[in-house]
Amino acid sequence: MSYLAKPKFHHPAIETNELGFTHRDYEGSISTLCAGCGHDSISSAIMRACFELSLPPHRIAKLSGIGCSSKTPTYFLGQSHGFNSVHGRMPSVLTGANLANKDLIYLGVSGDGDSASIGFGQFAHSIRRGVNMVYIVENNGVYGLTKGQFSATSDRGSKSKKGVANQDSAIDMAAIAVQLGATFVARSFSGDKSQLVPLIKAAIEHRGAAFIDCISPCVAFNNHEGSTKSFDYVRSHNAALNRLDYITTRAPITTEYEPGTTQVVTLHDGSKLRLAKIGADYDVHDRVAAMHHLHTKQASGEIVTGLIYMDETPHDLHDSLDTVDTPLNELNTPQLTPGQKALDGINASLR
Amino acid sequence: MPIESVNDCVIRFANVNGSGSASANQLFARSIMRMGVPVAPRNIFPSNIQGLPTWYEVRVSEAGHMGARGGTDFMVAMNPQTWDKDVASIEPGGYLFYDSSRPIPASKLREDIVVLGMPLTDICNREFSSPRERNLFKNIMYVGALAALLDMDLAETEKLIAEQFKSKEKLIAPNHKVLRMGYELAKSTFQCPLPMRIGRSNKVGDSIFIDGNTAAGLGAVYGGATVLAWYPITPSTSLAEAFERYCARLRVDPATKKKKYAIVQAEDELASIGVVIGAGWNGARAFTATSGPGISLMQEFLGLAYFAEIPAVLFDVQRGGPSTGMPTRTQQSDILLAAYASHGDTKHVLLFPENAFECFEFAALSFDLADRLQTPIFVMLDLDIGMNQHMCKPFVWDDARNLDRGKVMSAADLDAAKDWGRYLDVDGDGIPYRTYPGTHPTKGAYFTRGTSRDRYARYTEEAAPYVDNMQRLLHKFETAKTLVPAPVIRKAAQPTRLGVLYYGSTSPSMLEAADLLAKDGVHLDLLRVRGFPFSSEVTDFIAAHEQVFVVEQNRDAQLRTLLLTECDIDPAQLIRTLNYDGNPITARFIRKAILEHVERLSAKNPKVLS
Repeated sequence: MSYLAKPKFHHPAIETNELGFTHRDYEGSISTLCAGCGHDSISSAIMRACFELSLPPHRIAKLSGIGCSSKTPTYFLGQSHGFNSVHGRMPSVLTGANLANKDLIYLGVSGDGDSASIGFGQFAHSIRRGVNMVYIVENNGVYGLTKGQFSATSDRGSKSKKGVANQDSAIDMAAIAVQLGATFVARSFSGDKSQLVPLIKAAIEHRGAAFIDCISPCVAFNNHEGSTKSFDYVRSHNAALNRLDYITTRAPITTEYEPGTTQVVTLHDGSKLRLAKIGADYDVHDRVAAMHHLHTKQASGEIVTGLIYMDETPHDLHDSLDTVDTPLNELNTPQLTPGQKALDGINASLR
Repeated sequence: MPIESVNDCVIRFANVNGSGSASANQLFARSIMRMGVPVAPRNIFPSNIQGLPTWYEVRVSEAGHMGARGGTDFMVAMNPQTWDKDVASIEPGGYLFYDSSRPIPASKLREDIVVLGMPLTDICNREFSSPRERNLFKNIMYVGALAALLDMDLAETEKLIAEQFKSKEKLIAPNHKVLRMGYELAKSTFQCPLPMRIGRSNKVGDSIFIDGNTAAGLGAVYGGATVLAWYPITPSTSLAEAFERYCARLRVDPATKKKKYAIVQAEDELASIGVVIGAGWNGARAFTATSGPGISLMQEFLGLAYFAEIPAVLFDVQRGGPSTGMPTRTQQSDILLAAYASHGDTKHVLLFPENAFECFEFAALSFDLADRLQTPIFVMLDLDIGMNQHMCKPFVWDDARNLDRGKVMSAADLDAAKDWGRYLDVDGDGIPYRTYPGTHPTKGAYFTRGTSRDRYARYTEEAAPYVDNMQRLLHKFETAKTLVPAPVIRKAAQPTRLGVLYYGSTSPSMLEAADLLAKDGVHLDLLRVRGFPFSSEVTDFIAAHEQVFVVEQNRDAQLRTLLLTECDIDPAQLIRTLNYDGNPITARFIRKAILEHVERLSAKNPKVLS
């Protein structure tokens, strides 16, 4: 970690977004993670995505559980409310927050211990319910904060820093998210910002449960030879499905693409995703094929990255519950309390 | 001699679970209430859907005693499985009504009771063809027979049936017919009425008849709750279901038909409280309904809500513990679990409603308290209050009342404020000001965490800010003493050195026991605790009495422990009076326990009664 606070001044020609904010307006306090940690790269990808989408930082709520990954919300979006809750329980807290105010953007940050072990149930059920959120698992295959134990996403046979091989089979969070009914599922790699930033942007714009499994090597405990979550291993086994561009409603598509290699996806607000296909014939809308593809690639030792599955017309929890348009936390006394007249009727029916 | 009484008896129905007896028994109880006679029914049921024994007890009391009395004057024995015990439990001179379709040997009966047999099964088999009708109408038929035997007004029962089947009109006539059949057959078979009678009175007034869970669910609607997250668990399930039912009636936007509430049936109790805390953090009024095992599971989250200061409301409908314990029996055994929930130094605010009326009142109040104090509030019901229908005063609501959202900074407040820190004690009451996420573009954002922080919500592991924060939380708890419902004190007819502390569902039995004891010459000042932390009225009351009985429905005298710990009271001053067998505490039990103690005391010191 760095001890030096960044100076407040900046170059007068620094890049600003549509709100007039600079990238600095999306930063948080200084990271206390290890130098070179993949998680810090994810934090900066989140900041970049929010900056590029010109989101007002205070309209974002960031929630996390416990662990190295869950500490990161302190390090980005300093003008957003944050909630560092309890281990494995971010999904339920986020669900509650989302129910209270459907108008904010909810960013759930978790790790593989937090979501694949202690919080596996909450991960699963928040996805099942279709909570409108971006759920990012910063997946390093190891317990960092308690110094190097295997996690439930460690591959069988993967070696710990001390040379011990993991005997348990691994949980593929992305595959499970697809199975559970997530309407947006992606996997990326903290070392590939050009892939990750557009994915986060697309996930934010997705009005439903968006899940990103982001492999994020742990420089302290899981970046050695024999690990399947190291920088070198992930780079050499990366089977990218597609390349993404996120195009807002305001920016017209100017570039021409070679037919057959590009797929343009229109989002609910009219903005577009341009997918440059790498794997031939892969259709991000085919849920069954997505599951098949993930398992096939996994069997051959490859790590599928990119946008794995997307439903363009998602159905979120508020749709299921049919809640009013006004956020529940803004309803006032007359809107909530039926009054004595209604109570008289109830009393009468109870005699 | 057969028992003679008017409007003063206990009638018990022994049924088989799932046989449709519940609605017939309730019909019987409500008919009595419609005659203007107070009733206190109680369901004694197994953790089972169909097949096991279940009982329904109706206490009829002109004097208005709503507690369980103990003993049975009239047994309606419809369950062969429990026959022997049921017959044995009847008071000498009492009555036994049974289905005589199958002959019962004399050895299975008693000489000192009045035996009334009626071939219910035979008649129903003759009259009806479908097995369902044969079963259900047996129950209605005995209600008719009881009306004749007890001299009840059958018209009231008929009216209730008509109201009940308002939307299924074709069911009214057959039900009326069977009811009348039972009534006429009893009239022609037995000497009606019996010496034990129920006669019209005017003691019910405008009382309503409702179970505490339903009342609490309705109270949550009035209290402005918008988010409910819950996991089904007996005996709290009907609270969540009542909230949903009332919301569907009262909280749907008339123009858009959209809902002004959100209910999530979570995957477990951990997720339930997590959703509640997330919603509370984000400014919605949120709650969960559960029982002891659920509170056990929520412990970690409750510490977070306490320490991070997040409003939450929990209804704990207590049942018999420990572990799975007796899930369908009643106890007050979660007091310490709730008061000190979670690891580390924690204390929580508890409310103790005595009946359905207070379930409604305290439910609505709990959301104001949670927002005002920014902390979890426990409303401590139990199975007896929650799942049994009771008579109580009608609910009232002041239309001028505004929901108290507590100390929340708006964007304008933040702009006007010279300084804002999430955990700054500006008003000296230990309660800081909070902001909802998304309020202001540049002000009021902070990081909520379960880790130590300073007054400006900045992470720190330093000793001084940690202690400062923990002391402020204690100070806030002091403030809570002035906000929880004050205790209710009832002075004895004459000055006494003996006092009683009690709470929750013990209330009706305690009041009855105090009346009985006064006739025994034992005069008692009574204090009903309605909230924790205890206010000075509680400690003053204890100080003003030599000996104070603490009447509770748990083994370990949990409220007494709380009093000793929190108020530094001499243990010798507080006498344990404990019933924890899973049945509601009775006046008979309390009277006996107190009498025995007083006799021991007066043997040692004759002055104690003076």
